[in-house]
Amino acid sequence: MFIFLMRRLVQIVPVLLGVTLMVFLIMQMVPGDPAVLVAGEGATDEQVEAIRHDLGLDQPLAVQYLSYVGDVVKGDFGESIRTSRPVLDEILVRLPITLELAFWSIVITVVLGVLIGIIAATKQNSFTDVGLMMVALLGVSLPNFWLGLMLIIYFSVGLQWFPVAGWGTFSHIILPAITLGTGGAAIVARMTRASMLEVIRQDYIRTAKAKGVRQRLIIYKHALKNALIPVITVVGLQFGALLGGTVLTESVFAINGVGRLIIDAIRMRDLPLVQGSILFVSVLFVIVNLLVDLSYRFLNKRVELN
Amino acid sequence: MGTEHKETILEVKNLKTHFFSGKKVIKAVDGVDFDVKRGETLGIVGESGSGKSITSLSIMRLIAEPPGKIVDGEINFKGKNLLSETEEGMRQMRGNKISMIFQEPMTSLNPVYSVGEQIAEAFRIHQKLPKKEAWQRAVEMLRLVGIPSPEKRAKQEPHELSGGMRQRVMIAMALACKPELLIADEPTTALDVTIQAQILDLLKNLQEQLGTAVIMITHDMGVVSETCDRVAVMYCGKIVEHTDVDSLFENPKHPYTQGLLRSIPAVDRDVEELEAIPGTVPSPDNLPKGCSFAPRCPFATDLCRTEEPDLLIDNDDKVRCWMYSERWNGPAAKEVAADVSHANAN
Ligand SMILES: Nc1ncnc2c1ncn2[C@@H]1O[C@H](COP(=O)(O)OP(=O)(O)O)[C@@H](O)[C@H]1O
Ligand SMILES: [Mg+2]
Repeated sequence: MFIFLMRRLVQIVPVLLGVTLMVFLIMQMVPGDPAVLVAGEGATDEQVEAIRHDLGLDQPLAVQYLSYVGDVVKGDFGESIRTSRPVLDEILVRLPITLELAFWSIVITVVLGVLIGIIAATKQNSFTDVGLMMVALLGVSLPNFWLGLMLIIYFSVGLQWFPVAGWGTFSHIILPAITLGTGGAAIVARMTRASMLEVIRQDYIRTAKAKGVRQRLIIYKHALKNALIPVITVVGLQFGALLGGTVLTESVFAINGVGRLIIDAIRMRDLPLVQGSILFVSVLFVIVNLLVDLSYRFLNKRVELN
Repeated sequence: MGTEHKETILEVKNLKTHFFSGKKVIKAVDGVDFDVKRGETLGIVGESGSGKSITSLSIMRLIAEPPGKIVDGEINFKGKNLLSETEEGMRQMRGNKISMIFQEPMTSLNPVYSVGEQIAEAFRIHQKLPKKEAWQRAVEMLRLVGIPSPEKRAKQEPHELSGGMRQRVMIAMALACKPELLIADEPTTALDVTIQAQILDLLKNLQEQLGTAVIMITHDMGVVSETCDRVAVMYCGKIVEHTDVDSLFENPKHPYTQGLLRSIPAVDRDVEELEAIPGTVPSPDNLPKGCSFAPRCPFATDLCRTEEPDLLIDNDDKVRCWMYSERWNGPAAKEVAADVSHANAN
């Protein structure tokens, strides 16, 4: 187990190097000169040139990249080109917002997905099952931003149940969390259903019935714990998709999280900020994947050894 | 043996359990009659596919519907017909008055709960014991079934135990609430020979201690001779012979029983002399006309191939074979039987 953990931690390094390199190269390719954007309209060529020198943008690309990596290793993520504040501060201010949104979205993904999956499985091939699975298919296919806009139009503008945009109270969280969580919920529902149907055919379920266990406990105790083992992996993968989804969702709902920070930074060609925030999101993603892997291994060893 | 004076606790009458798949009807159990008396062991023997497991699952009312359905018959347990019992009534009976252990010890325990917890559950369901007390009783049960250091073992999950140990756990779970009837469906088939003997011994001991009646399902005549008081021989969903264990071995009546006896491996017999019954069990959705065993029977006549024999009853002995009826015109049953015991003696 320790060796496994060490190996996984070492594997993270090339992943993060790859991510920074990709972001660096892509940012070089997009048109627009950060020095010009910073200098503002009407700046003279000399002024722009001076800014470019200050930012180190006149160095060869390889030098720029390597010095960035070197700084990051030392814990220095640089400063935002636009605001001149440390990148780390900019991210840390917004990170709690994104994490809170991600948390509630995952709650919706898991609770809604697992519940729908169980109901569909226990009523296999019934009208309820077919209906729920059609809804789930729809849930997977809906684009996030469209669902978000529809929810705003219907519940915020129309019924005025929720604020249209912004952040602060719990009612601000509900619509964006639904927007972000439904796609995952649909996938989790389908996975839970399939896994549940597999588990209730097992011999140990027959044993539980022969012991006189109530039907409800057979489903929620004996079957569910086994059925959730493969679902955990799916939830982990959904977390990745969900982090990507925050970018669009935060923009649609005007939430000042890391997702929106990335969009704004890209728009301003604010390379250190783009690099830093994407690096953060990547680390988050890698950590969650590692946790999922660990818990899956832990839970699955009992099943595998059978 | 003296079982004849004891009270009958289970009486199965004309039980028919069929499976419906598409247009086909599979008559897995098709008119089975037998009874079990308090404290005795009834064996049900027959080759694989003869309907033994479906019979036992029918008694537990655990046939998945669809595709299966108990279409006819009665299952009287202590005078009450289980087939008219509610699902809730059945649930209270399962694991409490009637228990069952299965052939597959490796997969019959839930992999994500400790074995102690799985045994304790029986006490909590049926005796409403609080968690702690149920756990202590589970540990006692593990001790009773001969598991060393039961306090430690109780906390382990099934994957930490060997097949034999797991079957002991299954037995502990099944006997936890001191059921009046235990159905053991091939409890030793999946185990090594030495473990097999230990488990059979254990079952026999516990049965004597607790006074439980046992239905011992097996395809192994050796197991029958070691454990059973009376035996029902099953073939293609029907009982073909039903008698006490001594008569079965000394004077087997049905040619199928005779065939099964010839195929027991014994210490004093060479393996080469072992005879398997020729041919194979016919598929249950395509049974031959007349007696189902006729295509494999060395004595079959035209009568056997056209008309199905009834179960002939002679006191406590029953046999489903034309040979013992007045309409028989082949070689006399006595000669056949003499032939068989001669073969067995060799
Ligand atoms: N779910 C099912 N669907 C259709 N046929 C079944 C099903 N379960 C059992 N059967 C049929 O019932 C017959 C008897 O099975 P079973 O009682 O398991 O035999 P045994 O325990 O004597 O080996 C088998 O031949 C099988 O074809
Ligand atoms: Mg069987």
